[in-house]
Amino acid sequence: MSISPTSSNAPVNTTPLDRRSKELRRKIVRMIEAGGRGHVGSAFSLVEMLRILYDEVLRFDPVNPRWPERDRFVLSKGHGCLALYVLLAEKGFFPESELWKFCKSDGILGGHPEYGKVPGVEASTGSLGHGLSFGVGFALNARLERARHRTFVICSDGESNEGSLWEAVLCAAKHKLSNLTVLLDYNKQQSYSTTYEVLDLEPFADKWRAFGFAVEEADGHSVPELRAALSRTPFDPRKPSAIICHTIKGKGVSFVENNLNWHHKNKVTPEEVKALLAELEVD
Amino acid sequence: MRKTSLDMVYELARQDKRIIFIGSDLGIGTLKQFKAEMPDRFLMEGVSEANIVGIAAGLALEGKIVYINTIATFLTRRCFEQVALDLCLHNANVRLIASGGGLVYAPLGPTHEAIDDFAIFRALPRMTIVAPADADEMRRLMPLTVDHTGPIYIRLGKGGDPIVTNDRVPFRIGKAIPMREGSDALIVSTGVMLKPALDAASSLEQAGIDAAVLHLPTVKPFDSGTLLEFASRVPVVVSVEEHNVIGGLGSAVAETMAEANFDAPKRFRRIGLPDVFPDKYGSQASLMARYGLTADRIAVAVEQLLQTANAKELLK
Repeated sequence: MSISPTSSNAPVNTTPLDRRSKELRRKIVRMIEAGGRGHVGSAFSLVEMLRILYDEVLRFDPVNPRWPERDRFVLSKGHGCLALYVLLAEKGFFPESELWKFCKSDGILGGHPEYGKVPGVEASTGSLGHGLSFGVGFALNARLERARHRTFVICSDGESNEGSLWEAVLCAAKHKLSNLTVLLDYNKQQSYSTTYEVLDLEPFADKWRAFGFAVEEADGHSVPELRAALSRTPFDPRKPSAIICHTIKGKGVSFVENNLNWHHKNKVTPEEVKALLAELEVD
Repeated sequence: MRKTSLDMVYELARQDKRIIFIGSDLGIGTLKQFKAEMPDRFLMEGVSEANIVGIAAGLALEGKIVYINTIATFLTRRCFEQVALDLCLHNANVRLIASGGGLVYAPLGPTHEAIDDFAIFRALPRMTIVAPADADEMRRLMPLTVDHTGPIYIRLGKGGDPIVTNDRVPFRIGKAIPMREGSDALIVSTGVMLKPALDAASSLEQAGIDAAVLHLPTVKPFDSGTLLEFASRVPVVVSVEEHNVIGGLGSAVAETMAEANFDAPKRFRRIGLPDVFPDKYGSQASLMARYGLTADRIAVAVEQLLQTANAKELLK
C-alpha cells in the first residue's frame, strides 16, 4: 500500500487502473457530459470498491430487484452515485439510456440515489450519516429471519463526521452483526479541505476497532486487495466487519486527483470532457 | 394512555410477527413481558434517536412494522431529518409513540415539553399525526396502526386522563369525531383538550349558548371536510390545543377556513401556548391554567367572540 494516512499532504496511490476500471470511469464522464454536473471526484474514488462488490460479491437479480434472498447494498455516501448508476445499468437493473438522462426531468437518476425510483437502490441517501442505520436494520432483520443474505454499506470519511454514523456503529457492534460489512472510502479529502484539516478522523481504523468492529485496511483501488479483504469477511464471527479502503479522490485523472474543485463539478465544458476522456483512454 | 398504548403493542405483537418494538433508554421494566416472550423483537438501543429511527426504517423496508417509544421532544426535535428522510421519504411503516405530549413534563422544563410536535411534523409529506383524548380512544386507535401505510406519530397524554370518548362513532385515522352538536359556536380540539372543550360547552349551555364540539384525534391528514361542515353552521369557531398556537391544530383550522371563503364571516380564535417556552415548572394542569387551556377560558373566548358586534349581527 502506497498511502500514508498520517500525513497531512495529499495522499498518493500509484495503483494502475485496468481496462475495466477505465471504462467505468469513461461512462461516468459521459454521464457528467450529459447532465452537465456531478460529484466526479467522489465517484472516481469508489469505482473499484463498487466494481468488486457488483462483479464478485453481491448476489442480486436485476429482473427482480426485490428478490428476498439478495444481498443488501447501501451507498451511504449517496453523492458517489455516478459510479453506482454505471454499474447498476451494466448489470441490467435499468436501460443504459437512463445514464444519459442524469439529473434530467425525464430521468430516474438524480444527484443522489432514490429508493423506489431507481431499481437496485435499497435506501435513499444523500444526507450523510443515514445509510449505515438502514444497513443495521437490514442486517438485524436478516438475523431475525435467519436469512443468509448479507448487507454491505459504503460510507465516506467526510460522512464519518456525523454523530449518527457512530450511533449506528455502536448499535451494529452491540448486536454482533457479522452479516454486515462496512467499506470506508477513505480518500482523506472532504468538500472544503483534507479530513485532517476539517475534522481529523485518525486513528481511523482504531476508532472502528474500539467501537467493536473487526477491521482490515486495503488499497481501495487495488481489485486484488479488495477481493482478498472481502473474501475474508466476516473477519470475526462475532463482530461486524469494516474495511478501511485507502483511496484517492478523483482517482484515474491527474487533474482531478486530490483536486477539490472537482468534488462537485457543474458547468462541465466540452474541453474538460475531452481532457477527462483522454486520460482514461484504453489501449 | 402510555400504558394502554404499550400494552397494546405487546398484544398486537403477540398476534403479528411483523411487529417490532424499539425503545431508546426507557424506564426499568418497560414492556418486561414483551421482552421475556419475544426477545428477538424487543430492542432497547440507547440514547441514540437518529440511529433508532434509521434502523426502524431499514426494518420497515424489510416488511416489519416498527413501534418506537421515547420522549416526544426527542422524536421530533432531535432526529427530525431521520424522520423526514428515513421514514417519510421512504413511506416506512414506523410508529412513533411519543411520551409526554404537550405540557405533561411540566416539572422537567422546556427541554421535555412537546409544544411544537404538531407543527414540526405537519410539514412532512406522508406523516400521520394522531393525539387521542384518553386511554379508551388509544385502545381503539392502536389496532388500526398495524396495517396503516406510512409513518405515524402518536402523541401520548399524561396517563390517568379522564375518559371522555365513547365508541358511538368508530375511530378512523384521518376522521374528525363530532362530540356535540350546536348552532351558536364550534369548539375544535385535539388530544386531552377534548375534556375542557366539552366542559366549556356544558357551561356555555347554562348561559344559553349552544356550542358544538368537534374532536380531531388526527391532526394530519386534516379532516377539512368535517371541519367545514360544522364551521359552516356557526358564526364562531375556537380551536384548543396543548401546543404553540403556531403550526398546530389552530393553524390547520385557520388555513382550512380561510381557503373555504365562507360567504358569512366567522369569528375565530386559536387557544394554545402563545409562542413561548413555558417559564414555570409545576404541573401540566398548572401550566395549562397559566396559558388559558381551561374550560373557563375556552367558554370566555366563545362568549367574547359572540359578543362582538359582527358576530351579534350574524346571529340575527
